[in-house]
Amino acid sequence: MFAKVIGRRLILSAFILLAVSLIVFGATLLLPGDAARAILGQQATPERIAALNEQLGLNQPAWQRYFSWLGGLFVGDFGTSTASGGPVSELLSQRVWASFILMAAAAVISVPVGIGLGVYSALHRGGRRDQALTGISLVLAAMPEFVIGIALIAIFATSVFQILPAVTLAPPGDPVWMRPEQLILPTLTLVLVVTPYIVRMMRATMIEVLDSGFVEMARLKGVPETRVIFRHAVPHALGPVAQVVAIQLAWLAGGVVVVEFLFRYPGLGQALIDAVTYRDVQVVQAISMLVAAVYVVVNLAADIVGILTNPKLRSAA
Amino acid sequence: MSNSLDDLKSAATDAGEVPKQSQTTYQPFVKRVLAQRQGKIGLVLTIIVLILALGGPLLLPWATGNTATEFVAKPFSPYGLFGTDNLGRDVFSRFIAGGLTLIVYSVLATALGMILGAIIGMLTAYVGGMFDSVVMRLNDVVLAIPQLVFALLAITVLGPQGWVLVTVIGVTHAPRIARVARSATLGVINEDYILAAEMYAMPRWKMLLRELLPNITGPLSVEAGLRLTYSIGAIASLSFLGLGLQPPAADWGLMINENRIALSIQPWGVLLPVIAIALLTVGTNLLADSFARATASTSVEA
Repeated sequence: MFAKVIGRRLILSAFILLAVSLIVFGATLLLPGDAARAILGQQATPERIAALNEQLGLNQPAWQRYFSWLGGLFVGDFGTSTASGGPVSELLSQRVWASFILMAAAAVISVPVGIGLGVYSALHRGGRRDQALTGISLVLAAMPEFVIGIALIAIFATSVFQILPAVTLAPPGDPVWMRPEQLILPTLTLVLVVTPYIVRMMRATMIEVLDSGFVEMARLKGVPETRVIFRHAVPHALGPVAQVVAIQLAWLAGGVVVVEFLFRYPGLGQALIDAVTYRDVQVVQAISMLVAAVYVVVNLAADIVGILTNPKLRSAA
Repeated sequence: MSNSLDDLKSAATDAGEVPKQSQTTYQPFVKRVLAQRQGKIGLVLTIIVLILALGGPLLLPWATGNTATEFVAKPFSPYGLFGTDNLGRDVFSRFIAGGLTLIVYSVLATALGMILGAIIGMLTAYVGGMFDSVVMRLNDVVLAIPQLVFALLAITVLGPQGWVLVTVIGVTHAPRIARVARSATLGVINEDYILAAEMYAMPRWKMLLRELLPNITGPLSVEAGLRLTYSIGAIASLSFLGLGLQPPAADWGLMINENRIALSIQPWGVLLPVIAIALLTVGTNLLADSFARATASTSVEA
């Protein structure tokens, strides 16, 4: 039964990714009539335009280009960067790791903190500390990432204190984890963006669980309060929150873009902005596909966890 | 920048406590919004920034392009309250001139997304069947690409132009709004008044506009508030990335980008627009939150 439901989700995810690839590739068809000129600018010589046309395969029909591009994705060939002239995969391989470290650090901090604060808030429902937490998370959830990041830079790196580096400075090729102090502010920014959603969802779910019959029953039975909370209530609230956590992690894949740009962090996001600025179409396509793939895979994982843990979904299937 | 977490966010709000109100007297929506602290604070913050951004340009102290080379990157200058930027331009003048485009673009993008999303959501719920499943699958595809990445893709091929920003943000809002509109419509579609309208063969467009739309304004207003918050965030982010208005335009996101190198010697060029964007997004988000509570309290009364 499970296998069938999960199999259907798998096929659906594959179709979504295929459709995403159509959009990502189809976008290049929107390039103004003379794509090579649009990329190289008005001063480009005819030879360079011809060379770029050749390189992008613009002399072939669109469907042929799509299939050779799609085929390349499966074997890790993302095409050639028009800005650097090198293969896109080479350009991105190091940056993938840099971005992954940033996202992983943010996830490892924000998930337990968010769940802990949500539980705390729910247990003090209506009180002053709960109101303060709810207010702060509402405010943080509203603000764009770069606003939070700049506030942190102003406080910790420039105007108020000068205790942390404001930008990531390292010779190219040096792995980012060699300088952990440079990771603090970008990670903290992502944590402050992601945590509020987890807190809000955990609080709401926890309140629902605390009001439910089985918690009341446990209390009436005389089960000690800490046991009621940690053995009975929290595990039940974690299920729905797992979905929010997954969506947050998937969000990180797109959300790192602005944060990396702000801190000049040498990751995928920074590369994406550079590529957009130079209209390096192949790189933009490659990163868009990577981000969408992360998104789809994380959501698929959350769906599977949801199917496996939710008895209602199990029987409905 | 987020996807279905927005839906969860509104769910999180709805699941919170509904302020206890008298269940017998009906209060208009605006009153219920303003009865809450969030609603009041949100409205005040939003109005302050709107006055600054929309009214400010009428009383510019200095032209935004004027450069006074003798005062470069000074936190204070005889020309203006907040000094000059690294090209000697008056920071305060550029600040009050720089909010207009952000607000206009965000409102347009939100309106576009709301119109598209409401139509798609109501149609899929009302028509149902194959049409519904196909359109909702297409929604999933758009949702799989984060909004900012989608916008960057569009800007790469079409260039950093105003209409591109507005269209791409509006279009990527639409599937998220459509989900909300669809589930709200499904909630009212079996009501007697819909069946009655069907019985005397009301045309479909009339049914959507006259019968369905007025009955899902509650959830749609919450969506509008949330989407406006995210539109402001997205468009400000894009212009901060240098992909919105181009220099020498005066624009908050662009100002932050241009002046952040000088944050330690001339903080105002960054802090003024950052504070304005923060106040505006917090204001609209508080309003959206109070809309959600006001809508939830109607359903309690009903």
